[in-house]
Amino acid sequence: MAKLILSMDGLVLKEIALTKERTTIGRKPHNDIQIDNLAVSGEHAVIVTILQDSFLEDLGSTNGTVVNGQPIKKHFLQNNDIIELGKYKLKYVNEAVAGQAKAADFEKTMVLRPGSVKAPTAAPAASAPAGPAAAAPAAAAAGARNLSDTLAGQSVTAAPVAPPKPAAAPQKNAALQLLSGANAGKELDLTKPLTTLGKPGVQVAVITRRPQGFFITHVEGASFPVVNGKTLDAQAHSLNDHDVIELAGVKMEFFLKT
Amino acid sequence: MTLSGALEVASCTDPGMVRSHNEDSIASDGDQGLVVLADGMGGYNAGEVASGMATTVIITELQQLLEKKIPYEVDAHSGQLVAHQLLHEQIAKANTSIYQAAQSQPQYAGMGTTLVVALFYDNKMTVAHIGDSRLYRLRGGELRQVTKDHSLLQEQIDSGVITPQQARQSQNKNLVTRALGIDPIVEAEIHDYETQPEDIYLLCSDGLCDMVSDDDIGLALQTLSSNLKLCAQHLVQTANDNGGRDNISVILVRVLRDYPAPRSIVGKMMSWFK
Repeated sequence: MAKLILSMDGLVLKEIALTKERTTIGRKPHNDIQIDNLAVSGEHAVIVTILQDSFLEDLGSTNGTVVNGQPIKKHFLQNNDIIELGKYKLKYVNEAVAGQAKAADFEKTMVLRPGSVKAPTAAPAASAPAGPAAAAPAAAAAGARNLSDTLAGQSVTAAPVAPPKPAAAPQKNAALQLLSGANAGKELDLTKPLTTLGKPGVQVAVITRRPQGFFITHVEGASFPVVNGKTLDAQAHSLNDHDVIELAGVKMEFFLKT
Repeated sequence: MTLSGALEVASCTDPGMVRSHNEDSIASDGDQGLVVLADGMGGYNAGEVASGMATTVIITELQQLLEKKIPYEVDAHSGQLVAHQLLHEQIAKANTSIYQAAQSQPQYAGMGTTLVVALFYDNKMTVAHIGDSRLYRLRGGELRQVTKDHSLLQEQIDSGVITPQQARQSQNKNLVTRALGIDPIVEAEIHDYETQPEDIYLLCSDGLCDMVSDDDIGLALQTLSSNLKLCAQHLVQTANDNGGRDNISVILVRVLRDYPAPRSIVGKMMSWFK
């Protein structure tokens, strides 16, 4: 469940859970989050929450709404965003992101059915062996929708998992230097995830840039690439600093850049 | 009818780095021009059961039916293209099988699956899909997503609530609005597309497109097009390198040559006068 932490001058005033589909922010008392300050408009902004996602929208306020230092009209809130309204700050915390196990469970594909489709099929679904799960109306977030019971029981059994590492390219950069042929001496930086070498139709190999390092793999042609005098097979081969590659009659040296 | 030599098909499926089960299921028959991919969901092994039933029913039934029926003809009875009719019927059949198994056996309750099927014939392909498994096309170095997900995120993108860029950060991933086996009746989205020699088609589960950007997918298809098997393995590997949070399945189809329907001379004459 996402929440907002209201603070002023570094002092936490209160925490507000985003349980409603629309959470209004403003100076007037009917707002869900009332901030009694003249810099805040009567109806200043609104946060629309759809399941796990929240969107902040400025309602044409006099002094505007600022997120992470940028004035916004409409903003898709991300974990730890700071919303500024005059002297007040609202920090957006989305625990589905913070709680790793929960986030991993949520990865599992689920079916979301519009209410209209649900109605005629409600009877067979409820009588199904799914039993309690099917009968209990799941969080009807947007009112018109019901979350299907499909995986109701599953989140309990799923083991907590480490968050996946972000798409990490290897730390080091690398390049090839041609040692023979017409372009001897030239350097080729291996910046792309995939770099092909050779002559199409004759012999082609590819160097893949992965988090674990650089790998060379045979792609096409009757002969396979040679690394340090050894002919490779169809498997990917990990490249080390100063390896010498021979391909389609051209020698080149692989080296890591600092 | 056979398309032997017209299509090259390669595939790869992997549980990923996080899940212990592979709930994806793939099947293909290059000679019949038929590829099927399904991404199952449901407790314990029910997801595998649902996706396995979907691919098995669709591929085996269609293999038999395509021996007798001509996909590019129009069915006299319904006025529908036979390809559409076949896909409609077999998807309905798979849906019923999964739905009934889910209703009758407690351990399968609530199981379902996404589906993407492509049937190639007469220099065309008919694509049917349900849920968020996708079909992409690489033509002239440009990658294009052909199918549109049946998902909450896609609905939000369509209604302008979020942009496709924001969608990649959303917490509401993997909420599909349509799936096979959940309701007694399901409607697949079916469209026809012209194909050209050298086109490459990619069918994938969300385990690929959630983990690998379209740019990287396009680059892989372009650079490794001469070795389709390696390309499929590379895509799966890239998804795993990026975290591999879900099962990853990939089917690649390359059009090697034209495969026009063997029409009679009378038929050809007719088409000139149209």
